[in-house]
Parts: sequence; structure tokens; C-alpha cells
Amino acid sequence: MIPEATTKTTYQLPIGPIHPALKEPVAFEFEIDGERIVDVNVSLGQVHRSVEWAGMRRNPIQILYLAERICGICSYCHPMAFALAVERVAGIEVPERADYLRVIQAELERICSHILWAGVAAHEIGFDSVLFLTWQMREKALDLTEYLTGNRVTKAITMIGGVRRDITKDMVPKVTETLNYFKDNFEKLRHIFLDDKTFKMRSQGVGILTKEDALRLCACGPTTRASGVKKDVRLDQPYFAFGDLDFDYVTPDVLTGEVNGDVYDRIIVRLLEVKQSIGLIEQCLDKMPAGDIVSEPKIPKLLATLKKAKGEGIGRMEAPRGEVFHYVKLDENEYPYSWKVRAPTYNNIMPWIPMLRGEQIADIPIVAASTDPCMSCTNRVAVVDNGKKYVLDKEELHRLSVEKTRRLMA
Amino acid sequence: MRFSMLPQVFAQMFKKPWTNKFPAKYIPRSTTKFLDDVGSGKAKLIPPIETPEGFRGKIQYDTEKCTGCKLCIKVCPTEAIEYKEKEKKIKIYLARCCFCAQCTDVCPVNCLSMSNEFLLADADKYSKDLIVE
Repeated sequence: MIPEATTKTTYQLPIGPIHPALKEPVAFEFEIDGERIVDVNVSLGQVHRSVEWAGMRRNPIQILYLAERICGICSYCHPMAFALAVERVAGIEVPERADYLRVIQAELERICSHILWAGVAAHEIGFDSVLFLTWQMREKALDLTEYLTGNRVTKAITMIGGVRRDITKDMVPKVTETLNYFKDNFEKLRHIFLDDKTFKMRSQGVGILTKEDALRLCACGPTTRASGVKKDVRLDQPYFAFGDLDFDYVTPDVLTGEVNGDVYDRIIVRLLEVKQSIGLIEQCLDKMPAGDIVSEPKIPKLLATLKKAKGEGIGRMEAPRGEVFHYVKLDENEYPYSWKVRAPTYNNIMPWIPMLRGEQIADIPIVAASTDPCMSCTNRVAVVDNGKKYVLDKEELHRLSVEKTRRLMA
Repeated sequence: MRFSMLPQVFAQMFKKPWTNKFPAKYIPRSTTKFLDDVGSGKAKLIPPIETPEGFRGKIQYDTEKCTGCKLCIKVCPTEAIEYKEKEKKIKIYLARCCFCAQCTDVCPVNCLSMSNEFLLADADKYSKDLIVE
């Protein structure tokens, strides 16, 4: 229940808890004083889509495609984290070439996700021409994904013990061509996002997450790295072929020399990660050894092995949004005994509290979007003001945000 | 530069839009009538962008080759495949299919394959186009 407002001047603004487009239903209660957010209360634990339950009635091969549908943007890292967990239980060795191919797919997904996010962030502050520019670039990434995997979004490339499709020699030119396109356009994107007055106005000093808060609230992924915390599963506990590749933590001080932990820094981190991912794919193409792409090509045999496996395992991966975590317990049965998924947004919800405190209502969209959650959470907002109820939906919040940009420009 | 997006926007004004206007430049009032016109040669269809090699589209099923081993039923994540006891053949409901191509991978006699047909929208999920047998 919403508590009564403590003073006459503040009022409560609840968001959530249920929205069809939200991956993780979450309820917010804002305490508002005029335009300023005095306090935010987040209540989690309203997530139940029965994905895990459905998984316990399917064999591991079927779960790969179910896990793919947990998230549309992270449609690679969920099944892959599940596969990592199952491989650990069953003791399946992954061929070296498959490890490199897995890195290529993971980094391609990161490029796709970060460019998509950049467009959404621009849209949130009312800068729609940038949205179209970034999504035009994202189209190239999607085309490459379709070329490599056979589909644009649900890639279906994961297989327990490897990957399903190889990158042959005659496919390499198309990959390098797309990577060169990104390299050529990266400078353009960096210039627009980091030098433009509109972006600086709305993102510098907004939604600050201090290093202490980021550590205390267990933020993960680009959100925590933007606050200066060097935390990246790829480097901390290397999986796939990441241990052999040359790269480092991306923090905003690489570019600007200082860490503020604001929305601007989160933009910097994501843009630099796009560049880093391009480099990683190139390294993989160079170093990739020849060999098998999957440890057991015969699926009935693989299923029989998994049926005999017993034990529990975890799979950790650095998804575009942060650390994704899968826990699997196999019990010498056709179906897994237990399966638990923890998506990165779960960690990145709590940092919203220190980020949003003291900001304006019009900043909610960009601050919330800066952690890269499913942004439709701003929909279905009801404002209760002196007993009179009215609804603040996503369009209205977006309009307020655009107006603020205009006001600052004037 | 204060507004670094401005040159981009101006340059874009003189470029051709990326959108491929499939199936026609303007949405026809009636799609079925438009398709009839295309069939009789009265209207012209703007072709869709070509699918790449290895695209996972509508499933093709070779009934002759099928041995009825049920492996595809075992791996299908959406349970879209039904087994016909009498004939020992399968029936695929495309309305449930998630186009993962796992059944084509697992088939020991290669009687299943993915085509590049992707125009599968239908009002009836049990329509003839959406059932492969």
C-alpha cells in the first residue's frame, strides 16, 4: 500500500508493478515535491513468467530456445549462460574454435544492444534524428547477425558443447566489411553523442551513481563501470576465449580522465564498449584456430549424455547490460531438476534510487534508460494529487522530457 | 561544435531512404485485391530484400524420405510437431513453430529443410499454408 504523504507539499507517484512490456515487473513509489523527486521506493519480487517452470518440463536442448526468449535483445547470452551451466554439470569440453565463435557472437550482440540503447537514450531526451541515425547503423549489425546465424533477433546459434554454425573463410569478408563500416561511423557517433550541446545539457550531472553506491548496491555491467568500478565478468572470470584476448575494463576516465558516474559517463562507457567489441571480433577472426565447432554433433547422443548427468552448475556471462547468471541442477533425468535465471537488470534496478533522488520528473526517462532496462516501465504512471487521480503515461512523460530539452535550449 | 547532428541531418535530406517499400510504394487498400492485380499483370510488386544464405524460413518436408523416428518431436522446443500414428509420418503446425531449425539438424535422413519463404501471415492458424505434412 502507498503510505500517506508526510507533508502537504509532497505527493506520491506510483509506477508499476505490472506492465506487459517489462521483463521484470517492478513497482516504484516516488515522493515528489513540486518537480523534484524527494525519495524513491522500489519494490521488486513481482516477477513470475513461469519460464523456469516451463524449463523443468523440457530437455536441455529445448530449453536453449526457451532461454532465448527470456529477452529479445539478450537472445544470445541467456541460452549461452544456460549452456555454460549445463556443460559444467555434464563435464562437456568445448572445442577451441567454438570458444572463439562464441566470443564473436557475444560481441556482435553487444554492438547491437549498445547501439540500440544509444538510439533509445536519444529518443528519451527528444533527439529523434539521432535515434534514426543509430538504428540505421544497428541495421547493419542485424544484417550481419542474419548472415551469420540465419535470423535477425532470435539467433538460435547456441548448442550445448559449441555453436551451431561456423564462420567459414568465404564469410569473413562480409564480417570485416561490416566491422569497417562500424569503425568508419564510430567517430561520427562519438562526435554526436559526446560533443553535442543537447546531450551534454541533459546528461552531465544527471542521475549520479557514486562508486560507493555502485559497490553497495551491487550494480553490474556498464552501469557500474560508468561509476568507476572495474567489474567485468569477461576479465574477472574469463569464459569462452576471453582469457586469450587482449582488452581492458572500460571506465569513463579512459576518455575524459575523470569519473562522475552520471548519465554522460554511461553513454561514454557504452560507446567505448562498441569500439572494444569491434576490436575483440577482429582479434577472434585473426586468432581463430581450425577445428570442430561442436563437441558432440549427434544430438540424440548428446541428450543421452545429459540424461545421465548429475549435479549442479552455474553459468556466468557478461551480457550487454551486465552479468547474467544461470543456475542448473540436473538429476539423472530427461528434464532438469531446477533452473534459475538472474538477469542483469535485476541488479541495476536498485541503483535507480540514488540516481533518481533529487532529480526532476522529466529526468525519469533518461535516468531510467541510462541503466538500459526495458524502458516501457515508465508507462502506466498514476499521479495522485490531493485525491484527484490522473494518469501520466509514457507519451506524457516523454513530452515533459522533450519540453525540458526545449526549455534548456531557449 | 554546438549541434553536431545538424550536418548529418542536412546530408540525409539528399540521400535515398533506406526503406524498401515492399510490396508497393503506398499501402494498397486491399492487399488481396492488390495481389490479384499482380497476378493478372495489372500492378507491379516491389520485391522484398533477398534473404541471405542459410535463412531459416518455412519448413519443407519430404514425406517419402521420412522414417517416423520421432527425433524431431523430441527436440522441438515449441511442441509444434504432431505424430501421425497410422501413417508413421509427422505433421508440423507452423503457427507454433519458432523457426529454430533444430528438427532439420537432428533429422537422420535429412527429410526436413528450411526454405527462404517468410511471408506466412495468416488469420487462421490452422490454414493450409501453415500446416506442413
